Amino acid sequence: MDIHEYQAKELLARHGVHVPRGGLAYSPEQATYRAREIGGGKWVLKAQVHSGARGKAGGIKVCSNDEEISSAAEAMLGRKLVTHQTGPRGKLISRLYLEEAVDIAQELYLGFVLDRKEERVMIVASAAGGMEIEEIAERAPDSIIRATVDPGVGMQRFQAREIAFGLGLEDSLIGKATETIFSCYQVFRDYDASMLEINPLVVTRDGSLVALDAKMSFDENALFRRPEISELRDKSQEDPRETFASDRGLSYVGLDGNIGCIINGAGLAMATMDMIKIAGGEPANFLDIGGGASPERVAKSFRAVLGDKNVETILVNIFAGINRCDWVAEGVIKAIREVGVNVPLVVRLSGTRAEEGRKILADSGEAVIVADTLAEAAEKAVAAWRTATKKKAA
Amino acid sequence: MAILLNRSTRVIVQGFTGKIGSFHAEDMKRYGTKLVGGVTPGKGGQTHLGLPIFNTVKGAVRETRAEASIVFVPPPFAADSIMEAADAGIKLCVCITDGIPSQDMMQVKRYMRRYRFEDRMRLVGPNCAGIITPGQALMGIMPGSIYLPGRVGIVGRSGTLGYEAASQMKALGIGVSTSVGIGGDPINGSSFKDVLKLFEQDDETDAVVMIGEIGGPQEAEAAIWARDNMRKPLIAYIAGLSAPKGRRMGHAGAIISAFGESAQEKVEILKEAGVIIVPTPSSFGDVVADTLARTKKAA
Repeated sequence: MDIHEYQAKELLARHGVHVPRGGLAYSPEQATYRAREIGGGKWVLKAQVHSGARGKAGGIKVCSNDEEISSAAEAMLGRKLVTHQTGPRGKLISRLYLEEAVDIAQELYLGFVLDRKEERVMIVASAAGGMEIEEIAERAPDSIIRATVDPGVGMQRFQAREIAFGLGLEDSLIGKATETIFSCYQVFRDYDASMLEINPLVVTRDGSLVALDAKMSFDENALFRRPEISELRDKSQEDPRETFASDRGLSYVGLDGNIGCIINGAGLAMATMDMIKIAGGEPANFLDIGGGASPERVAKSFRAVLGDKNVETILVNIFAGINRCDWVAEGVIKAIREVGVNVPLVVRLSGTRAEEGRKILADSGEAVIVADTLAEAAEKAVAAWRTATKKKAA
Repeated sequence: MAILLNRSTRVIVQGFTGKIGSFHAEDMKRYGTKLVGGVTPGKGGQTHLGLPIFNTVKGAVRETRAEASIVFVPPPFAADSIMEAADAGIKLCVCITDGIPSQDMMQVKRYMRRYRFEDRMRLVGPNCAGIITPGQALMGIMPGSIYLPGRVGIVGRSGTLGYEAASQMKALGIGVSTSVGIGGDPINGSSFKDVLKLFEQDDETDAVVMIGEIGGPQEAEAAIWARDNMRKPLIAYIAGLSAPKGRRMGHAGAIISAFGESAQEKVEILKEAGVIIVPTPSSFGDVVADTLARTKKAA
């Protein structure tokens, strides 16, 4: 789960990391009011969306008076910011963050990630901040410092100190940098983060160390014990199709194709999407109904998939282990009768109670295209989609 | 004996009396697994499904000489249960639980290292379908009927995609020595490489099918190990060709976040290491049959 920059900064500031003075605004008037509160003569207005690379997309503006703040806020609010991280749909700007401008002497990079190879938290730092880490890795690979944390004892102060010296900072900054790195680690650990990135971490002209930007993501499996983080969720930053599904306990990822998928198991779901692609179609979504799915749950899945107006065919592919094909079949019929399915529907049932499931479909008299194998299911779905779109065009 | 599990492996269930634990315990018993008891703290001394319940894993091991444990404990308490099993001298632990926080798993892996390698428990999972040695024993949640006993090993992250592979093989009369689900989490007990090592040493396995997916470095690591150390044919499929970068596809670990983690990139790395690629998820059966026929001819 991602949070906004201002939320990450609040968390970090609470644990001793220095951030610029700033305030949140939902309107141009509020933004200018925040400028009065903060004081000074130069501010930075930042669109709060769950994405990096906001500057290049027009989501960050330096302003020196009320008029500039007001017109920049006017231009940003209600618009969708499209960055190379958001995809073409972009993300809605409904919150702005106004900060005092900082006089920058040097830009550093500081990141914390869960390293899957080491199976530990890894700290990544570089004196070449300000660009994305991928770019640093390409342009200044030797500047990158890495360290991993022993989960038994946690990060040690010497590790933070080594990084501070490794960044080539002046002696007067070593203590501050050590504290900043250490505090960031504590926030990462205490809130079950999966990623924390401060880019840039800046040395100011007056010799302080400030987190100019902050990006954080959290381990969704740990949210049960982090209610204060769950509260930071901003549904306006999510694909509405995904919000609908996740509020109903379904694992769903929206894509750009036309063939809606209802499948059990993440691996089989990905494989079915691949098979659709190989057969010449494009999947509209990833959806895993999970284990032991009831007919109601299957019907809910249809609602989630049909909520996407691009869906022109639905493919249900179930290989039941702890699921029951008869329940799935009942759910399919329930969906046809209660939700209304006016696109071609292909169903493949295999595994536990597959015979019973197929019989339910056959006896229902509903227009369901049945397939026996994965390949057949994908081919029939793509063929049905082609016929349907041709009909529409004609 | 195939790998990890056979008909004489003595198994206990942690989270024995819960709804999910009970359901699968019965299923495993029916399949022929030598279930010797279960653990539910606070219910020690009672019986469930005709088997003794213990308060602690240590108690269960002492009384039943259990060597293996399967964990159905809910996510907030699962890491604790795995560490309890490791400390009680369990040799093989399969954790089915989906949703364990990553930091808990980091601690589990760190904790297990307090034992010497020879004494260390082998963990399979979490968030996996478990292990089946067809015709002998089941320590997992897979439907036993889709596996034919035989001589091809399967190791995969996903449960249902593993069923798909096994059933395609069964349709062609090809059986399985053991199938191991290593799970879909970013931090897991046994890696692909760990399981390949076991299959390579197993006299009853002739070839191995590896079913990977997007995210993480394990498939590439395994392929490079196989190139240098494996004599048996390794056949692989990577799911997620159509998955976009940076999006989590159901499994906590199925996310492309670094170079070499997309399906296309993994397939390239595997090909370069000489792994036989299953081009589509509907051709598991054909590719395995073809590979077995060619190895026979060569031999």
